[in-house]
Amino acid sequence: MTAAPVHLMGERLLLDPLGGVMWPAAGLLAVADLHLEKGSACAARGQLVPPWDTRATLDRLAALMRRWRPRTVVALGDSFHDARGSLRMAPADAARLRGLTEAAAFIWVLGNHDPAPPEGLGGQAAEVWAAGPLVFRHQAKRGAEGELCGHHHPKASIATRAGAVTRPCFVADARRLMLPALGAYTGGLDVAHPAIAGLFPRGGRAFLLGQDRLFSFTLAQAAVSARPQVRPPPRAADA
Amino acid sequence: MGTLPVLPEPFASWFARRGWTPRPHQLATIAAARAGQSALLIAPTGGGKTLAGFLASLIDLAAAPRAGLHTLYVSPLKALATDIARNLLAPVDEMGLAIAVETRTGDTPANRRKRQKEQPPHILLTTPESLALLLSQPDAPTMFAGLSTVVIDEVHALAGTKRGDQLALCLARLGALVPGLRRVGLSATVAHRGALLDYVGAGAVPELIEVAERAPPALSILLPDGRLPWSGHMGLNSASAILERIGAHRMTIVFVNTRAQGELLFQALWKINANTLPIALHHGSLDIGQRRKVEAAMSSGQLRAVVATSSLDLGIDWGGVDLVIQVGAPKGVSRLLQRVGRANHRMDEASRAILVPANRFELLECEAVIEGVAAREQDGDPPRPGGLDVLAQHLLLMAAGAPFHPDAMFTEVRRAAPYAGLLRADFDDVLRFVEDGGYALAAYDRYRKLFRDADSLVHIRGERVARMARMNLGTIVEAPLLKVRLAGRGGGALGEVEEGFVNMMTPGDTFMFAGRLLRYVRLRETTVEVAEGGGGEPMVPAYAGSKYPLTSNLAARVRAMLHDPAAWSHYPPPVREWLGLQTERSQLPGTDDLLVETFPRNGRWFLVAYCFEGRNAHQTLGMLLTRRMERFGCGPLGFVATDYVIAVWSAFEPGDVAGLFEQDMLGDDLEAWMAESSMLRRTFRNVAVIAGLIERNHPGQEKNRRQVTVNSDLIYDVLRRHQPDHVLLRATRADAAGGLTDLGRLSGMLGRVAGRVRHVRLSRVSPLAVPVLLDIGRETVRTAGDEDALLAETEALVAEATGDAPSSTAPMRVHPVHRANLAILQRKPRNQRAQPA
Repeated sequence: MTAAPVHLMGERLLLDPLGGVMWPAAGLLAVADLHLEKGSACAARGQLVPPWDTRATLDRLAALMRRWRPRTVVALGDSFHDARGSLRMAPADAARLRGLTEAAAFIWVLGNHDPAPPEGLGGQAAEVWAAGPLVFRHQAKRGAEGELCGHHHPKASIATRAGAVTRPCFVADARRLMLPALGAYTGGLDVAHPAIAGLFPRGGRAFLLGQDRLFSFTLAQAAVSARPQVRPPPRAADA
Repeated sequence: MGTLPVLPEPFASWFARRGWTPRPHQLATIAAARAGQSALLIAPTGGGKTLAGFLASLIDLAAAPRAGLHTLYVSPLKALATDIARNLLAPVDEMGLAIAVETRTGDTPANRRKRQKEQPPHILLTTPESLALLLSQPDAPTMFAGLSTVVIDEVHALAGTKRGDQLALCLARLGALVPGLRRVGLSATVAHRGALLDYVGAGAVPELIEVAERAPPALSILLPDGRLPWSGHMGLNSASAILERIGAHRMTIVFVNTRAQGELLFQALWKINANTLPIALHHGSLDIGQRRKVEAAMSSGQLRAVVATSSLDLGIDWGGVDLVIQVGAPKGVSRLLQRVGRANHRMDEASRAILVPANRFELLECEAVIEGVAAREQDGDPPRPGGLDVLAQHLLLMAAGAPFHPDAMFTEVRRAAPYAGLLRADFDDVLRFVEDGGYALAAYDRYRKLFRDADSLVHIRGERVARMARMNLGTIVEAPLLKVRLAGRGGGALGEVEEGFVNMMTPGDTFMFAGRLLRYVRLRETTVEVAEGGGGEPMVPAYAGSKYPLTSNLAARVRAMLHDPAAWSHYPPPVREWLGLQTERSQLPGTDDLLVETFPRNGRWFLVAYCFEGRNAHQTLGMLLTRRMERFGCGPLGFVATDYVIAVWSAFEPGDVAGLFEQDMLGDDLEAWMAESSMLRRTFRNVAVIAGLIERNHPGQEKNRRQVTVNSDLIYDVLRRHQPDHVLLRATRADAAGGLTDLGRLSGMLGRVAGRVRHVRLSRVSPLAVPVLLDIGRETVRTAGDEDALLAETEALVAEATGDAPSSTAPMRVHPVHRANLAILQRKPRNQRAQPA
């Protein structure tokens, strides 16, 4: 595994190909958009998708914590897919999450999907978390500096000789780092979308997640095409 | 069949007035009906097959008029149902019969549907999907109570497909609702009669009524002006020769193999169409309205030619077509005969067709197909077992109609031929999947879609679930498509392109579509807005999965022809020279062995194997060979597969060539590769959509769709890790083994050539290997690991091109396609702020 270093307000951050970012100087690990219990939220609507998404997401979080041994973990909001998500959690998953929130100082930054802190799972909640020159927020604030944020689930497509390859990615410029979603069932928004591109007006870099490393491209390279922002649902053919 | 019955009045007079004599197969079908027998009628196109299917019903209704549904007709094409309705109304009107004939498809307005239920017509013409929808309604038993006959048209095109699976299940249901229901299957000539008999019979044995083939079609080969290319599949340099033939006939269908080929050939024809002969384009991605216009123009004789893909393989009878031209490899005898049958839709005249090979191997294939037609050989795979995903959809729909007992349903399902071998364990797993997802973790008890009562009857959990099931009905899953529309108010719809194609374009780029040169303006939601015209080299959209592999029978013929120099005499000189050179420089592939050549070129080693097992099997073989070469330390770098051969290139010379092709390669390597491959992910997506795990439509929820749907790739990853034996993963593997990976053919070949691998070590490329080397750079099958390699390569190339990295000293051949991509990457972003909101 090779982490990619980036610098934000003079602080050195390491991007992990699993989708988290480590700030070694502060012993702090940040992750974004876990969307725990999205599977059961879908099930409630009639889509009985496999129920292991929470377990798979916790696997990733646990792997990141094992690798970096952080003193502090900041989850950048939308940690649960909806406000009642934490209540639907299987007991074993809840126990495991409690284990993780006890292993480090755990900060739940609140998101739009989970505006209230989860109950009985440890950790502390915050609207915004600040440490040194850096600020941790769910949704980016225009003009902010030294900001780490989530919310948009960035992904990027790169044209290769065998077609486009699309991956979740970090997006970074000198002032802001946007994290990919860590959740097993989270989709993505293309970095060319104005909601993301508008936050990086002077350009920036996309770091695409690979199996063991990240792949770096400028936003301009990742934005060569005006991509569809809405994936049309698979359709029944007219018969 | 005993003595044939005599046609009763008023039918006899009506036939006489038209100057027709009833054909023996028409009378035999009537006899079967009188005996209450189901029947399979196999006849070439133009034999009065459809009328034969309906005659018995018309006679019955004329003799004993009654209210209610008498005959149901199911066709794979909506347009065909409409056309047949028109054709049936003629005899009904002319004989003054009081028989109501109506269609019911996705296009039928709601008020007519409602009326059809209250007061069904005597004869209802419909599609498999509309039938499934009818059967999912609680009032289905009433509607079908008096049904006497089901006519299934184009059975050969349905059996063996997922739509065919769904129809078979619906027919089993109908059989349960109406004991003694008679089925009449209508089919073109096929290789697997037994399978079709089973399909139509569903438990009973139908009577087989077969019409002798008419005069064999007159086939000839047309070579391009100038040289016959080594490689390429478009056949564009034959355009002027094709145009000449079009000019010499009343109406020609020019069949091509892919939509991209259709667009290109259409442009090439119009570029030289000095007499402006009316030539149109027809393919499955064009807007339905445009297609109907083309078909109408054909019927009324306003066109001289149509460039068409398989979208015109089936369907309506255009009497005026007097020539069929097949451009590019025909791929199979049956497929070619189907296409040729579109010309001269009359029994007593031979159809005429011209084959236009696009390269040298295709010339051999054309010669082989002519031999195959002369030998009256049919090909194609036997139908595979029914899909478990289709069964899942069916069970939910049937529960929406009425509660059922699992035992009774299992018995009913097994009457459908595709499910005759279904195991109870698989049935139970599918039912459990429909009930609550069927996960090892019993997490979704409160969200279950079905529940069982004290008598073990299975009920649907309420009208909302039933409505969702009906909204998501159907087994055709399309790749995400974007509509193409001319920009501006009232801009017309032109058709649809794949999302992936649009991803590669920047506003201002030009592309060919719907026979026009279009400029990409912008993307709005799911619509691509375009303008006419534009400059630069246009792109052509390609569509996934639009290629058919070469059939085994045809491959065997090509192989035999290659091996027999006596057969070469009537090939054109360049081909004779090509094959002659091959015998001097290397060897010819044998009929029952495997020729493998290895040679160095440009600092690499190439391995070319002449397997002739079709593209899909070769793709799979390529993945397996490269894995194995990796282990043997050859440093494989890539591969390319065609219908005829597979070529792998590596850093080091492959040593033990025979060892590379040992049969055990179908073990762990296969499992490991399959699980990671993009092909399996695509297959899983289709399975998940058909089985209802992923919804296509959700009532009133378009807006928040992003929040409520989960990408199928993500589901696949989670499911594969946590429940690898889940029924949907089993269904996915079964689909992949049959279709895109063509494992059956691959393992057959490896078994056949065991101990007979003939390795020829050469100092340079052999003549026969040239075409495949020209194809390098077009491979598309990949796994997550390959994607990483592609990203790394692109990253390095971009860095080098933009001066961030020193230029590489290693010799590197950049494929033209990649060069184009690189050009796109380095282009100054235009209109970057004009992204769609």
